[in-house]
Amino acid sequence: MKAHRNQPLYLAFLLHRLSGLGLALFLPFHFYVLGLALEGGDVLNRFLHWSELPLVKFAEFGLVFLLAVHFFGGLRLLALENMPWSNRQKNYAAVAVAAAFFVAGGFLLRAF
Amino acid sequence: MPTSDSSTITVSVWRGSAAGGKLQDFEVPQQPSQTILDVVTWIQRKLDTSLSYRFACRVGMCGSCAMMVNGIPRWTCRTHVNKVMQNRHITLEPLRNLPVIKDLACDMSEFFEKWKRAQGHFTGSASRNEKVADISPQSNKRQAANAAIECINCGVCYASCDVVAWNRDYLGPAALNRAWSLQNDVRDSAQQKRLQAVAGDAGCHLCHSQQGCATYCPNELNPTASIAGLKRMTASDFLRRKYRQRHA
Amino acid sequence: MLEIRLYLAQRISAAIMAPLVLMHLGLMIYAIQGGLDASEILGRTRGSLFWGVTYGLFVIAVSVHAAIGLRNILREWLQLRGLMLASLGWLCFGGLLFAGLRAVAAVVGTP
Repeated sequence: MKAHRNQPLYLAFLLHRLSGLGLALFLPFHFYVLGLALEGGDVLNRFLHWSELPLVKFAEFGLVFLLAVHFFGGLRLLALENMPWSNRQKNYAAVAVAAAFFVAGGFLLRAF
Repeated sequence: MPTSDSSTITVSVWRGSAAGGKLQDFEVPQQPSQTILDVVTWIQRKLDTSLSYRFACRVGMCGSCAMMVNGIPRWTCRTHVNKVMQNRHITLEPLRNLPVIKDLACDMSEFFEKWKRAQGHFTGSASRNEKVADISPQSNKRQAANAAIECINCGVCYASCDVVAWNRDYLGPAALNRAWSLQNDVRDSAQQKRLQAVAGDAGCHLCHSQQGCATYCPNELNPTASIAGLKRMTASDFLRRKYRQRHA
Repeated sequence: MLEIRLYLAQRISAAIMAPLVLMHLGLMIYAIQGGLDASEILGRTRGSLFWGVTYGLFVIAVSVHAAIGLRNILREWLQLRGLMLASLGWLCFGGLLFAGLRAVAAVVGTP
């Protein structure tokens, strides 16, 4: 990584952009799977049984993390842009990541 | 690869022009309290008089000596060698995001062009015949203007901004920071024109709040905060105009 | 004046999605226990006006939001400009909107 980018709020930007990209690339697949319901519940079920695999559950955990971190990071940005300036931006960025792990962790525990 | 003994440091200096260039190594004796400016000056006087670089005040007031030191934009006169050298090695390059003239001197023209494009200048409407404007330094607007006013156009924030690197039309942190300071100056009469200038397609909305500018500004300014203010101003101005258009 | 419009569209779609994402996260954490089953899901969504409107709104907002975000990536990291950039941006929006509304119809519509 270029030296000038090695600071926490650039990493927060990168995490926000990459999580958004990941979610955007996942969505067409997600919409396709849900669309299988058009062919009847059995077709959807056959696909959903793949989700029993531990690897798939970990992938789902990853996706929940991406959504949560993009969500909490997005709240930080909305606050940054619309509320009076706070100098605690690095703290908020850290809290966003922590909250995302908390939420995704909750998902993972219930998935097994 | 540093080969110097304990009393010298290896300095890799970018040499070249707009057509291209490469790093050239020099061995420089280490001195107590040595700054990067001391190092560059020593090289130019003792080793290679063809080296081109900029400085002026040498005491951290003018911003002329800004360049990339180990990949980070800094003022060389205010950067101590022992704080930044890595394994007795330093790399010096011209400021990022600006065209090179020669060696460590870059062409600041586009930086100042964008300053003008952002309406980064004061437009008065009063004459000597009116009373001096009565502005409280404690007023919110004046505090906001003062917080952003100490910019000396050194270009460090511009060099640290990746949005500038990815979109060469982007006005950049310094120009927008100045625009914000002026938008908070109640004596200025070009407020609407400036709002339109910063709300264009290369304006404040391109900022992703990476805050490299705030991290590296030697005057501890925060262009990201200023740009956030401009985002609020331009958004409410835009929505108000749309509302007035619909209900005119 | 395009960038300010895109900026507002992205922030407003984000604000609309904030409660919807919270709901969706909560729903996923609730639904995942005991595994995913089509009849369990479809039993609750089929014929439901509430889920139709809620997720329909979610799809419209995410299509706007994701397309603008992707456009930023295409412009800044792939250096696309002009017609190429505009058409890919619209393609992302249209594609997500179509596939998303189709998915909503799939789980809400009564066969």
